[in-house]
Amino acid sequence: MLRIVGNRLLLSVPLLLVVSTLTFLLEALIPGDVARTIVGPQGTQEQYLQLKHSLGLDQPLFTRYQQWLENVIHGDFGNSLFNHEPVTMLLNVRLSVTLSLVIGATLLAAIVGVLLGIAGALRADIAGTAVDALSMVGLAIPNFFLGLLLIALFAVAIPLFPATGYVPFDASPLDWARSLVLPVVVLATPGIAVVAKQTRDSMRAVLERPFIRTLRAAGLPRRSIIFKHALRSAAAPVVTVLGLIFVASLGGTVVVESVFAMPGLGGLAVQATTQHDLPLIQGVAVYFTALVVVVNLLIDLAYGWLDPRVRVE
Amino acid sequence: MSPETPVLSVEHLSVRYRRGRRISNALDDVSFEVQPGETVGLVGESGSGKSTAAKAILGLVPVYAGFIYFFGTDIAHLPFKERRKTYRQMQIVFQDPYSSMNPTRTIGNTLSEPLEAFGERDHKARRDRVYEMLERVHLPPSAANRYPWQFSGGQRQRIAIARALMLSPRLLILDEAVSSLDLSVQAQVLNLLQELQEASALSYVFISHDLGVVRHICDRVVVLYRGRVMESGPALFVSGRNSAHPYTYTLNEAVPVPDPDAQQARRSVARSVTSPPSDTTKIGDEQCVFAPRCPWNQPRCWRERPLLRPAYPNGVVACHRYPEWQSEIARPEPLDAHVLPAPKRR
Amino acid sequence: MSVLTDQIVIGPASHSHQSVRLLLRNPVAIAAITFLGIVTLVCIGAPVTAPFDPLHQDLERVLSGPTAHNLLGTDTLGRDVLSRLIYGGRRSLLSVLEGVVVVTALGVPMGLAAGYTGGWVDRVVGKFAETIMAVPALIIVLVVLAVLPQNEDAAMISFGLLGIPAILRVVRSATLRVREDLYVAAARVSGLNHVQIVKRHIFPHVWGPVIVQASLFAAYALLFETGIAYLGLTADPSTPTWGGMVAEASTVIQRQAWLLVPSGTLIALTILAFGLLGDAIRDAVVIGEGGLARRAPTSVVTKPDRAGDIAEPLNGRSGLVLRVRDLSVSTTSSAAETPIVDRVGFDVYAGETLGIIGESGCGKSVTALAVLRLLPQGLGVTGGQVYWQGDDLLSMTERLFDELRGSSLAYVSQEPQSSLDPAFTVGSQLVELIRHHQRVSRRKAWSSAIALLRQVELQNPDQVARTYAHELSGGMAQRVAIAFALVGRPKLLIADEPTTALDVTVQAEILGLLRRLQRETGMALILITHNWGVIADICDRAVVMYAGQIVEKSGIREMFHKPLHPYTLGLLKSHPSLAEPRSRLSSIPGSVPSPGSWPPACRFSPRCRFVADECLKGPIPLIDVEPGHSSRCIRVDQIFAKASA
Repeated sequence: MLRIVGNRLLLSVPLLLVVSTLTFLLEALIPGDVARTIVGPQGTQEQYLQLKHSLGLDQPLFTRYQQWLENVIHGDFGNSLFNHEPVTMLLNVRLSVTLSLVIGATLLAAIVGVLLGIAGALRADIAGTAVDALSMVGLAIPNFFLGLLLIALFAVAIPLFPATGYVPFDASPLDWARSLVLPVVVLATPGIAVVAKQTRDSMRAVLERPFIRTLRAAGLPRRSIIFKHALRSAAAPVVTVLGLIFVASLGGTVVVESVFAMPGLGGLAVQATTQHDLPLIQGVAVYFTALVVVVNLLIDLAYGWLDPRVRVE
Repeated sequence: MSPETPVLSVEHLSVRYRRGRRISNALDDVSFEVQPGETVGLVGESGSGKSTAAKAILGLVPVYAGFIYFFGTDIAHLPFKERRKTYRQMQIVFQDPYSSMNPTRTIGNTLSEPLEAFGERDHKARRDRVYEMLERVHLPPSAANRYPWQFSGGQRQRIAIARALMLSPRLLILDEAVSSLDLSVQAQVLNLLQELQEASALSYVFISHDLGVVRHICDRVVVLYRGRVMESGPALFVSGRNSAHPYTYTLNEAVPVPDPDAQQARRSVARSVTSPPSDTTKIGDEQCVFAPRCPWNQPRCWRERPLLRPAYPNGVVACHRYPEWQSEIARPEPLDAHVLPAPKRR
Repeated sequence: MSVLTDQIVIGPASHSHQSVRLLLRNPVAIAAITFLGIVTLVCIGAPVTAPFDPLHQDLERVLSGPTAHNLLGTDTLGRDVLSRLIYGGRRSLLSVLEGVVVVTALGVPMGLAAGYTGGWVDRVVGKFAETIMAVPALIIVLVVLAVLPQNEDAAMISFGLLGIPAILRVVRSATLRVREDLYVAAARVSGLNHVQIVKRHIFPHVWGPVIVQASLFAAYALLFETGIAYLGLTADPSTPTWGGMVAEASTVIQRQAWLLVPSGTLIALTILAFGLLGDAIRDAVVIGEGGLARRAPTSVVTKPDRAGDIAEPLNGRSGLVLRVRDLSVSTTSSAAETPIVDRVGFDVYAGETLGIIGESGCGKSVTALAVLRLLPQGLGVTGGQVYWQGDDLLSMTERLFDELRGSSLAYVSQEPQSSLDPAFTVGSQLVELIRHHQRVSRRKAWSSAIALLRQVELQNPDQVARTYAHELSGGMAQRVAIAFALVGRPKLLIADEPTTALDVTVQAEILGLLRRLQRETGMALILITHNWGVIADICDRAVVMYAGQIVEKSGIREMFHKPLHPYTLGLLKSHPSLAEPRSRLSSIPGSVPSPGSWPPACRFSPRCRFVADECLKGPIPLIDVEPGHSSRCIRVDQIFAKASA
C-alpha cells in the first residue's frame, strides 16, 4: 500500500514539473506576441518595448525558463499582470470556492449516479431505459444552458436559491449551502449520467460472472450478494470514472463559475484569459494539476482497498 | 535408425521469460527429433512448456539457448526475414478453432492469405488451390465464400488444417488441435490427420495433454514436466504400464479409461502422489524437478539433476532411480487410499 | 455516451456491410443522422438558406418572440435569430471538424503503434497520455487563448490534441485485444509482414470503435466550443456563435426568456445527436456473431420420460432424493423461443452418483442450472417438475427455495478460480456462508471453515483460508469450491464439469475426494461431463443426452458393455482409448444439430448408420429395454440383438 502511495507521489513531481513547463513553453512557443497583445494596436513602440522588458520577454528563452523555474520551486508564480498582486495569493483566496463546488459535484455524482446505476442494473426494463434516457439528456445539455435554465426556474421564477454569488461558510452555513446548490447540480449533471451508466454496465457485467452464481447456489441472500459482493467487484471502473469526473468538473468550473458569478479559480481563469494575464493563468493550471494529482492518489488507494489483486503488486 | 536428416531436431532448447521480477524457465534443455512421416507427441500438464515449444519452433518466442535444426539448418537464431522463409515448410494448427480465424474475412480469403504472402499473384491459381485444399479436408467448395461463424468447431478446425497445408509444408505443429473438440468430432479430425499424413509423408508434432489421444496417434512421445524432458520414447512404451519415469507412470495412472471395471481395479492401487506445489515453489537447477512430488525420491534426487539416459529400446529417461523405483510400487489395498501427506525428504 | 470510459467491448466484429445495415435499421441512428445531415446542409448553405443577414439590425423588432417575420424571434439588437443560428452553425461545425480530425489523425496511429508494438513504444505513449489526461483541457486551451486571443482554430486544435489520450486508449485496447488473438499469430506464420497484419487483421477491429469515439468526441467538441463561445473568448459579440447567443440571452432572461430557447436547444439537440449516433454505431459494430436465432420448428409433443425410473433396482441404497420429470428449458427472447432442453427426466438416490454425459450443446449444463433455478438471462423453464422430498422445486417461492439451495442442494462449477469472489479471502467467504446457515460467532465460524478446508484435503488450511481465490492453483481452488458446497451439509451435490479445467493428475485427486466425501456424508452426486473416463470412474448410473433429450439411461457397467443407443455406441467406438493405436477411429458422420434446428423425428437420424423409415415417422419415446436400462431408439431390438448376440 505504502509503495503505491510512494510511487504515485514520485510520479507527481515530474508531472507537476511537466505541466508547469508546458504552460510556460506554450506561451513561448505559440506564434503570437503577448506583449503586443497586451499593449494592443494603439500602443506605441516604446510602451511595447517597456512592457516586454518588464515581463522579461526580451531575455533569451532559457534564461527566462531558469528564472521562472527557480521561482516556481519556491512557490512564487509571479505577479498578476493586471493588478500586480502575487498570483499565489489571488489563487489561494479562491481555492475554497472551487473546491466546494468540485467536491460537492463529485460527491453528488457518486451518490446519485451509483444509486441510479444499481437500480438500472437490477431492473432491466423500466429503470434501465430511464437511466439511459436521463444519461443522454444529462450529457447533451451544455452546462451553461442548464445553469441558465435552473436560474430561470429556481431563482427567478420561484426564488428558492440565489441566482448568483457565493456566501462564505463562516458567514452563514445555511446561505453557503444555498448558494452552492444550483451550481453543484449543474456541475454534477453530466457526472451523474456517466456514473449511472458506468455503474449499471459494471454491475451487469459482474452479475454475469461465475462467482455470483456460486454465491447464489450457496444460498446467500440476494441483498448481501448485490451490495456486498457484486458492488465491491463492480466498483473499480466506477472509481476510475469518479476520478475523471473530478477532472472534468474542474474544467466545468470555468463556465459554471461565470454563469453563477462565483469567485472561484475557474472564473479567475476566464478573467485572466481575456486580460492575457499569463502568470495568473499558469498559476491556475498548476493548481488544477495539483488537485488532479491528489485525486489520482486517492483513487489508487481506493483501488488497492477494493481489489486485492492490485495490493500484491 | 534412419540415415535421413530428421525434419526437425530440437537440441538443448531453453526458453526463458520474465514475469515482473521473476525469471522462469519455460523450457529447460529440451531435445527431441522428428523424422519424415513421423508423428511425435509432446505431452505434459499445465506449466510443462509444451505450448512454448511450439512457439519457439515457429519463432514466435525468442530462444534463450539451444538449437532448432530444420532439415539440418539451425533456425533458432535467424532474423525474421530468413525465418519467414521456413514458414513455407512448417506450419501450425492452434487449439482454438474460434479465435484462430479472422471473423471479418471469408474462408476463401483466409485460406489464400499464405499464398498471397509468398507471392502467388495469379488469382485463379490461388482460387484453384483453395478449392483443392477444401476438398482434401472434405469441405464443399461453397465454404470459400462463407464466414467462420457459419461453421462448427470441428469444421473450423478442418479449415485451419487446410490453411496450414496451403503451402505444402513438410512439418505441421498441432498445438492442442483437437482438445476443444467434442469426442465425435475429434475422431473425424484425427482420422483426417492420419489420412493427410499417409497421402503426403507429412511429419507432425502433436502437442496435447490428452494421453489417450497421444497414445493413439503418435509414433513417439516426449513427456515434459515444468519445462524439462522426463521421458521420451516409442508411444507404446511411454503410455504403457512400463513407462520409465515416475511422472509418466503417475500420468498414465491418473487418466481414467472408459471402462468401469478397469477403473475400479486401478483405484484400489494406493495412490501415492501429492498435489503439485504452487507455482511459486522454487525449483533449483541442480535437482530433479519432479522430486517434490515423487514418492520414490531419494537424497540424490534433490542434489543432482538427472540427465537423459537410455531406458528401453529407442527410449530415454531422466531419472536417477530407474529402473529400481518400479519395484517399489505399493501393493494393492482393498479400499481407496487417502491421499498421503507430502513424501518426506529422505 | 461514455467517452470517459473505455469499456468498448469488441465482439467478433461483423462485416462492415452488415454493420452499416444494422445501423440503418436503428431508428435512433436514422433520426440522429437525418438531424445532423439537415443541420450541416442548412449551415453550409447559409448564404442561401438564411432569410436575413445575420448582422442586420432591425431596431424596431428588438427581442420579439417567434413571429411570421422572424421565425425564431430576434435578439437584443433586432437581428434575426434563425439566420444567426445558421451562420453560427458554420463556425461551430467547422470547429468540431477540426477537433475530430486532429484527434483521429494523431490518436489512431499512436494507439495502433502502442498496442501493436508494445514495449517501450507503449510505455512512452502511455506516459504521454497520462500526462495529458492529468490536466483539464479547458485550462490549457485558456492558456492558448490568452496568447492567441479569439483564435478559435487554435483553441479547437489544442482541444483536439488534448483529446488524444481518450481515443488512444480505445484504439490501443482494441489493438491489444486483437493482437492476442490466434489468427494474428496465424497470419504471421502465413508469412505476412507487420504492415499487412495491421492493415488486414487489426484495423478492421479498430475502425468501428474509432468511429464511435469520433462521434462521441464530436459531441464533446461541440460542448466545448459553445462553452468558450459563451464565455466570449472566441469572437466579438456581433459575430454570431451558438454559445455567444446563449450568453446574450442570459443578459435578458427576465425581459425575454424565449431568447434562451432556440440557441440552447439547438446546441443540446446537436450534441445529443452526435452522442446517440456514437452509441448506435457502437451497437451496430459490436453485435454478436451474425445468424439471428432461426424460428424453432413447431414443438413436437413427446411422451413423458417415465420409462426406466420407477421400478429400478437401487444398488442397496434407498431413498429417492431428486426426481426430475419432463423438464424443458427454452430461450426467452421475444423473437423466437428455441428449446434447449426437451422433457428431460431422471431420478437420483441418496449416496449414488448419477452421470449426465453428452457433447457440447446437448443441454446438460442447462439442465443442472434449471434444477437449481440459476438459469442465466435469456433462458427459462417452460415445463416440468423437479421433486425434492415431495415438493416441486420449480413452483416453490423464491424465499423457500433459497433456504434449500446452498443447504440441501449444492453446486460446484467448472472454472474453480472464477467461481469465487476475487475481492474476499477464501476464509472470509466461508465464514460468511457458515454464519448464514448457522447462528454462530465469528470465531466458531472460522474454525468450522478451517475444518471444512481440512475435510477437502487441503494442506495448511489456515494458510489457504487467508488467501484469495486467484492465488490458488486450479486444484486447490476446486477443493475450496467443494468446501463451499459442503457448508450446508447437502444431500445432493450437482457438479458441472468439475474437473474439465484441471490437469489430469489433479482430476484424479478431485474425483477421489468426491468419492470419499460421498462415503462419509452419504450425499448424492450428479456429475455432468463430456469425459467417458470420468463417468466410468465415479458414476453408478448415467444418462446420455443428445440435442436436448435423454437418449439412453442405464447403470454404468451396462452403458459401457452393452450400450443400447446408436449414439452411445458411436461415441464409445470413437474413443481413442478403446481403439487400436494408429488405426482409423470409427467416427460418427456429420455434427451435432444446434438448438433450433433439431431434426423432427429421431434427432440422431441424419447421422445414424442404422436409420430406417420408421425412424423418420414421428417423435421417438424413451423405451424401457431392460430393467434399469432405457433407450430412445425404436430399432433397439433389431440393432442390438445382433450386437449383443
